[in-house]
Amino acid sequence: MSASENVAIPATIPQAVPVRRGMPAWQVALVVLGGLVVAIAPAFVLESFPLFQLTMAVIMGLAVLGLNMVTGFNGQISLGHGAFFALGAYATAILMSHLDWSFWATLPVSAAVCGLVGYGIGFPALRLGGLYLALTTFSLAVAVPQILKHKSIEDWTGGVQGLFLVKPDAPAWMPGGLSADQWMYFVAIGVSGVCFLLCWNLIRGRIGRALMATRDHPTAAEAMGMDTATLKTRAFAVSAMVTGIAGSLSAVAVEFVAPDSFSLMVSITLFVGMVVGGVASILGSLFGGLFVLFVPNIAEAISKAAPGVIYGILLIAFLFILPDGFAGLLRRIAARLRGRG
Amino acid sequence: MLNRRTLLTATAGALAAPAVARAQETPGVTASEIRIGNTMPYSGPASAYGSIGRSHQHFFRMINDQGGIAGRKINFITYDDGYSPPKTVEQTRRLVEQDKVAFLFNPLGTASNSAILRYVNQRKVPHLFLSTGADKWGNYQDTPWTIGWQPSYRTEAQIYMKHMLEQRPNAKLALLYQNDDFGKDYVTGVRDILGSRFDSIVRTVSHEATDPTIDSQVVSLQSSGADVLLTATTPKFAAQTIRRVADVGWKPLHYLTNVSISVGTVMEPAGPERGIGIITSAYLKDPTDPGWANDAGMNQWRAFMQKYIPDGDMKDGSFPFAFGVASTLMQVLKQCEGNFSRESIMRQAANIKALEVPTLLPGILVNTAPDNFHPIRHMQLQKWSGTTWERFGGVIEGAKV
Repeated sequence: MSASENVAIPATIPQAVPVRRGMPAWQVALVVLGGLVVAIAPAFVLESFPLFQLTMAVIMGLAVLGLNMVTGFNGQISLGHGAFFALGAYATAILMSHLDWSFWATLPVSAAVCGLVGYGIGFPALRLGGLYLALTTFSLAVAVPQILKHKSIEDWTGGVQGLFLVKPDAPAWMPGGLSADQWMYFVAIGVSGVCFLLCWNLIRGRIGRALMATRDHPTAAEAMGMDTATLKTRAFAVSAMVTGIAGSLSAVAVEFVAPDSFSLMVSITLFVGMVVGGVASILGSLFGGLFVLFVPNIAEAISKAAPGVIYGILLIAFLFILPDGFAGLLRRIAARLRGRG
Repeated sequence: MLNRRTLLTATAGALAAPAVARAQETPGVTASEIRIGNTMPYSGPASAYGSIGRSHQHFFRMINDQGGIAGRKINFITYDDGYSPPKTVEQTRRLVEQDKVAFLFNPLGTASNSAILRYVNQRKVPHLFLSTGADKWGNYQDTPWTIGWQPSYRTEAQIYMKHMLEQRPNAKLALLYQNDDFGKDYVTGVRDILGSRFDSIVRTVSHEATDPTIDSQVVSLQSSGADVLLTATTPKFAAQTIRRVADVGWKPLHYLTNVSISVGTVMEPAGPERGIGIITSAYLKDPTDPGWANDAGMNQWRAFMQKYIPDGDMKDGSFPFAFGVASTLMQVLKQCEGNFSRESIMRQAANIKALEVPTLLPGILVNTAPDNFHPIRHMQLQKWSGTTWERFGGVIEGAKV
């Protein structure tokens, strides 16, 4: 992003960062190939219901990634990302059901709308730090379901009735006649894959370092010439955009949006996903998505009378076992392997 | 580290638990069992309704203890949807595709059922006797696999209008409604009965669920010169309306939606003496009404509660509701006479003739037909005495539209 022009990092800094040991090309290829197989295989191995669940988990992972961009990497606590998720979902739903747009055409619009609103929210965020910002974004999440029901926009949003939309069909040129669920899965991993790659690219570059510097020591970052205000508002914009895209995907995967679908719990769920997956971790976000989708079902399988209690216990157990999230676990395993090697 | 590892292994094991499902001709029906699916808000904002699902679990246990139906045991599978529509979609797909249930029974929530409406109708899965009062579940032309159970809000409004025209043929009506699906069903019901006269005798005012008060709405309705008031709003606003109407000295014939008749949350906050004479409607026997102490139907229900849910709250109206709707389902399964294909189940669900249900008021019968997907169309009126609701008059039928 263009934020980099404003961030003047002295040329000596990159040398201070430990340079990663390069892997041989064949190893890189092997990792990429393995990743692709792991990503694609479920579409042909799983039945349609587990595949739908996995699709939803990937989508939640993408939404968690959005939150991670602003809270994990930039240190601005947001408890209101459910609002952007809802905004993205509604942008897609309105364009698809009222104007008959194709799903793909709605994605850039949804991303742009969420990005702009996120940028707008970024400004008050500059003046509010820490817990105050958390509360402000929280109020956004409280307000959104009620705004969606408001009668002045009811003709567009469908009010409490919500809107129905249809999953995109697999294009005719695809071989083998994919089912709607299989195609939806590919759409979800395709879009998410691109977003994860872009975010990873952003984070490991100078902008990423600037974001983290702003989080860790804003005064020092500013003293080094970083425009922290610009960084923060843009981080909010990128974050809202990513979560909004996840919202768009969820709207078509579920084929229905209603204000009740975007209660306060969505924001809290995303926050839980981020902490469990690993704060400030790209890959951890994906694990966070898997956690928030599958663990409530496990909790319910254990007790129908009090699923919330079991979920709480499981959550505490996870935080105890993996204090730094799934990402931390992976890091520890990697460190041990490297130590042995 | 051992603890951590054991826990991780256990979790991984739970995640990887294989989904065992056998392919067969009629999904969910074997020689020895029928699988029935359901979603309920066991957690989340509407978790108080979870007692309906709890009642069903025990009800089908009772049926199995009595030998099941047509030689088969009922396997009732119910999942928590937290009152969140996307979760309902997920859980419903799990029920239909993974658990392979024969049909869905009594899922709760208007938005939740809306979210799965198209899915179940595309797949032709019977979607029986939903726990929601919206009118759209009676739309047999467009959604032939979905059928409601309780009287819809629209039917309720029709019944009030029939009574009003009988009492005051020249009435002028003030209609206060909440501006959402729920409130608008009442406007439709009033229009059903009044037809072309609607515009000349009805003054409507709406409010948002988010409004702080409805004082100004009440004043503007009073100034319209109406002598009848129909209040179609949720408990908080109903209490405000009763209080405000009394305070401004307006004495209309007052009809109140039966969504907002709780003594604890509406009548007492409003002031019990202010509400004297308010008319509402009922279709279930109230478990707290001493008049049903020796009633055969309620005794049947109490025997079930004592044996199967001894710790259940006997004042919770959800239990008689659940008992009534589950009894209706048993009649459908009985009528299937062992043919439990989805077509047969749906055919019988639309073929209930004058069924008496133990927990429904006397004279209120369940009736369905291929062109009538509103199983309960009758209600009885009741009046607030200052301390309780007292039923009066006979049962009134909603309009046939």
